[in-house]
Amino acid sequence: MAASRLFWRTSGVKSSLTGLTGGVHSSLGLTLLKLYPDCTAKPKTQRRHAAHFTFHPDPVTTQYGPTQKMNLFQSVTSALDNTLASDPTAVIFGEDVAFGGVFRCTVGLRDKYGKDRVFNTPLCEQGIVGFGIGAAVAGATAIAEIQFADYIYPAFDQIVNEAAKYRYRSGNMFDCGKLTIRSPWGCVGHGSLYHSQSPEAFFAHCPGIKIVVPRGPVQAKGLLLSCIDDQNPCIFFEPKILYRAAVEQVPTEAYHIPLSQAEVLQEGSDLTLVAWGTQVHVMREVAAMAQEKLGVSCELIDLQTILPWDKETVCKSVVKTGRLLVSHEAPVTGGFAAEISSTVQVRSRSHESEIDQGLLPECVLCRRSVSSTWRLPSVGFVGMIRPSRTSLSPSTSQISGSASRPSSA
Amino acid sequence: MQNMLTVIANAFKGGAKINGAQTVSEGSRMVVSARSFADFTPQASFDIKRCDLHRLDEGPALQTVLTREDGLRYYRTMQTMRRMELKADQLYKQKIIRGFCHLYDGQEACAVGIEAGINPMDHVITAYRAHGYTYTRGVPVKEIMAELTGRRGGVAKGKGGSMHMYAKNFYGGNGIVGAQVPLGAGVALACQYQGKNEVCVTLYGDGAANQGQIFESFNMAALWKLPCIFICENNKYGMGTSVERASASTDYYKRGDYIPGLRVDGMDVLGVREATRFAADFCRSGKGPILMELQTYRYHGHSMSDPGVSYRTREEIQEVRSKSDPISMLKDRMISSNMARVEEIKDIDAEIRKEIEEAAQFATSDPEPPLEDLCNHIFYNDAPLEVRGTNPWTRLKSTS
Repeated sequence: MAASRLFWRTSGVKSSLTGLTGGVHSSLGLTLLKLYPDCTAKPKTQRRHAAHFTFHPDPVTTQYGPTQKMNLFQSVTSALDNTLASDPTAVIFGEDVAFGGVFRCTVGLRDKYGKDRVFNTPLCEQGIVGFGIGAAVAGATAIAEIQFADYIYPAFDQIVNEAAKYRYRSGNMFDCGKLTIRSPWGCVGHGSLYHSQSPEAFFAHCPGIKIVVPRGPVQAKGLLLSCIDDQNPCIFFEPKILYRAAVEQVPTEAYHIPLSQAEVLQEGSDLTLVAWGTQVHVMREVAAMAQEKLGVSCELIDLQTILPWDKETVCKSVVKTGRLLVSHEAPVTGGFAAEISSTVQVRSRSHESEIDQGLLPECVLCRRSVSSTWRLPSVGFVGMIRPSRTSLSPSTSQISGSASRPSSA
Repeated sequence: MQNMLTVIANAFKGGAKINGAQTVSEGSRMVVSARSFADFTPQASFDIKRCDLHRLDEGPALQTVLTREDGLRYYRTMQTMRRMELKADQLYKQKIIRGFCHLYDGQEACAVGIEAGINPMDHVITAYRAHGYTYTRGVPVKEIMAELTGRRGGVAKGKGGSMHMYAKNFYGGNGIVGAQVPLGAGVALACQYQGKNEVCVTLYGDGAANQGQIFESFNMAALWKLPCIFICENNKYGMGTSVERASASTDYYKRGDYIPGLRVDGMDVLGVREATRFAADFCRSGKGPILMELQTYRYHGHSMSDPGVSYRTREEIQEVRSKSDPISMLKDRMISSNMARVEEIKDIDAEIRKEIEEAAQFATSDPEPPLEDLCNHIFYNDAPLEVRGTNPWTRLKSTS
């Protein structure tokens, strides 16, 4: 489910933070409030929903050569295929990758490139990543797979303490830049506690690694190839719910989409929406609904790289619109939206010369500053908001909570 | 004498229909009823396969005595577990059970044998293939099934699901592979500390045997002589990877290195029982931890989304079913030593089938937990905690 942070612009009078309650006082807020049925005081009994959203494919790109219809796992296979073909030091390893992987991302690669280049590891995440770091330091392009992002924690020490800091602590004598860790990520509907997590925020707290989350097959292949070529250890999270659901025309040759560049998918003037991975598609629907029902023009940004993230694009957009909404699947407290919202707040104050004095973005529902006043620890649920297209009446606009449990507090 | 009576009994049995159709003549019925319990052997002695030993001079006993009462109880428990798992398979295919479901059929002798070898006050912890252990540790079938279907009558109130079932002295039910082993060592430390002469049985699989934290637990347990029985349920496949392809050494009972170990035939409930008794005595005498490898087999795939035949042949599964099925083996032993009759076993089967049907009925019709329960038990807190719902304007309450 989306954790949202919302900033409002108040024209003229600034409302004090203590004056704000669970609702919002600006008229735009109240109107948006009416769109969501659960915004009334008593929550309705939750109906069971299958995880649902609509994948919006990118328009066909011609700049990278001939394309072929592929879904997300096929585009990952294609990227790995290109890598193994062009880089003789490249190896792929992880649990069950030899037969093709539990999500079929490595199908056919072992037959094509040999069992010394595509091989299984035993069930040991810490070992897999540690081994990958060693292989990368010694000069191999190591592509490690962690079977589900939920299992990455035994490897947390290796990633944070070994991989991220190798270049720095050796004075640039050694590095594991050739390491890329791929992992299925995010909610899928029936994953519950241990097949649904989005741990990007844990790793965002660590300089020295890069974290990337694609929104679809075209992005996935380009970003994965960039991660593999990047001279820093990268973690590439693949939204597992998109593996089959996302189908696009993907270039067959290798191409790169630059890291640390957010993409503005839709320009707008009233509100900036920031998301990554699966949520981008939910936000697309939200933007369309807002335009249709409220006449609100939304600017939609796909962050793509979580660390290091493209502050310029986001801040530039917020300076233009004056409002920011960040939406992600992971829990709210300490989620990456907290980082984005805090940076935007700090930066926008320094842009005072560019906006009217009375129109500084105000933090209304920002968890950071308000939570201590209200004492509302937030718990995220793994699922998403699915705005209904059929009508606006509260009963039909549904929250698709996947029947999963709170992933963490 | 026994054999002659058996022959006569069989001859008379030919006249009697199963399920109580009354075609038996008065005369033969009288004969049959006079042949009641006096004709059953109250107990019999059975040979057990010798265990492979590591750093042990002596192993478990090679012969054991099984009483009729115990035999029927083990049979009933194993058959209940088998039918429960098969029913869960059925419900999953009907989409009444969702999420993940890892079935235990084929491995029943392990759970039942272990339970027979320890006391109810001892502790057990295992990984995600936990339905069998939940049952042997005392949770009724209907609560297990209701937990699978996610209803409020479930043992974890419908919030845990297949992998998260708990009971008194049974710590689950753990989703992350290998993570339960250090927990088990910790429970063993508590047993030692509290001095109640209890042991902790810590189970893991052949896939988990390659996790680093297992070896960390071995070291701590051996260093502090914790009363921990580490049990590796080796069903030959870690998800889809056979043991030869995952482990440099498939002698899992030796991988505790400095910890003594034994390898047991996990399809023989009596063998497992004896080995567990041996291991429990070892731990209770203060000698420290011990490692047991149970060689067993699962008939289903790793989980319900795994057909289970892409990495092994149907012939292999069939062979194990016909030659080493734990329930059949026990039944044959009971009948051939005249500790039970075929009809009696069939009656037990019928009762169990009925019980499972009722449990499935309950599990299907029980309501789901109410929304008010959704957020409970996140933290421990005295006053209810407000928790954000699925959007910023929904507030739910969490009580603990």
